[in-house]
Amino acid sequence: MKSTAFQQTITLVKKDILLELRQKYALYGVLLYIISTVFVINLMIGKPEEKTWNALFWVVQLFVSVNAIAKSFLQESRGRLLYFYSLVHPRNFIIAKLIYNILLMAIMSVITLVCCILFMGNPIVNFPYFVGVIMLGGLSLSLLFTMLAAIAAQANQNAALMAIMGFPIILPLLTMLSNIARSSFNIVFQPGLPKMFLMLGAMDILIVGLSLILFPFLWKD
Amino acid sequence: MAKHWWKALAVILLIYTIIAGFTIDIPIIGTNQQSSRGLFFHVPMWMCMYTMFSISVANSLLYLTKYDLKRDALAGAAGSVGVFFGVLGFSTGTLWATYTWGGTITGDAKQQLTAVALLIYMAYLVLRMSIPDIDKRARISAVFNIFAFALLIPLTYIIPRMVDSLHPGAAGSPTFASKDTDGGMKAVLYPAFIGWVLLSVWIYTLVVRYKKLELKNIFK
Repeated sequence: MKSTAFQQTITLVKKDILLELRQKYALYGVLLYIISTVFVINLMIGKPEEKTWNALFWVVQLFVSVNAIAKSFLQESRGRLLYFYSLVHPRNFIIAKLIYNILLMAIMSVITLVCCILFMGNPIVNFPYFVGVIMLGGLSLSLLFTMLAAIAAQANQNAALMAIMGFPIILPLLTMLSNIARSSFNIVFQPGLPKMFLMLGAMDILIVGLSLILFPFLWKD
Repeated sequence: MAKHWWKALAVILLIYTIIAGFTIDIPIIGTNQQSSRGLFFHVPMWMCMYTMFSISVANSLLYLTKYDLKRDALAGAAGSVGVFFGVLGFSTGTLWATYTWGGTITGDAKQQLTAVALLIYMAYLVLRMSIPDIDKRARISAVFNIFAFALLIPLTYIIPRMVDSLHPGAAGSPTFASKDTDGGMKAVLYPAFIGWVLLSVWIYTLVVRYKKLELKNIFK
């Protein structure tokens, strides 16, 4: 039975969510990871001031996203990937992975935020703005790392490789995000703020476009 | 010898660049003193880097259309030569920054983003080394190379235009300001561009020849 691209994508997203709910391994694993990381920070420097808080928050986010998203391709066995290859177009497959990882990162971002507030105090003044920024940040991080995870999965399922490839690319994104987030700690006028949002959005669109064009080439095995 | 004339041209232009670059009269502006001569050696490095990375990405694109392993070898060679020139450009820049900006690594956006772009390309070289299977390496590194080039342009061309920089001729333009550069300096700078780029192409052809010996069964 031939199904449309949209239906295929939705089914694949559902399949990923179902697998996650059955195993619950990734969710709890990463949860533990977040809590222990933030707790270690708390033991070492207690309650940091807002600038440090912001920097630490984004570093924690970075490592959480690497861990959460590396799994999305590494968990698929070769046989299963081959099976999907015979069923769906690679573009639908990567879209499904992107959507699933965005959802996963949105949940993880909220958990990180709650943990950071619990263990490191709450210097945030403009709360809704900050939540918006971390959602945007989670979106950007998950888009980029999904593509990198797809590359790393092809290169002998090597998770360390993902960090090597990913960190330089994520650097400008993280700098932009932490700059944007700075506005939520004190009410100041930041020149060039809309421009930074625009740049971030443009980067995201660039990454999605590249993933859609390049992923089919990765999958020809 | 007809096809080697450009190598002779490269040598002549570079000898001219070095001799004229160190001897001509240049305008002395503030604390720059004689350090402005760095222009003849620093800026052309970036030209060489962009030339090499463009050759590299073009070969990667060609690889993905025809799956010819020769293209992959060419892309890898151009990538490594490009990183070499990038590191040279970065080190000449930081050397100059140490004495004129008062810090080796400053908060300058252009400097930081170039470092990021170089790191991305170094990751490309590491990725190539990490995959033993030759066909797989060709395909995956071609995809990553296109990804890297697509990020290189916004990182080093678009974002630096949007923020202020400590670089000369900044506040608007990421390159040097051609309108207010001294005529004597231009007379050295433009030949220097051609000379250095020709040298980089020369080094690239040598690396390719070495690769050809290494991968004899691909290059028949």
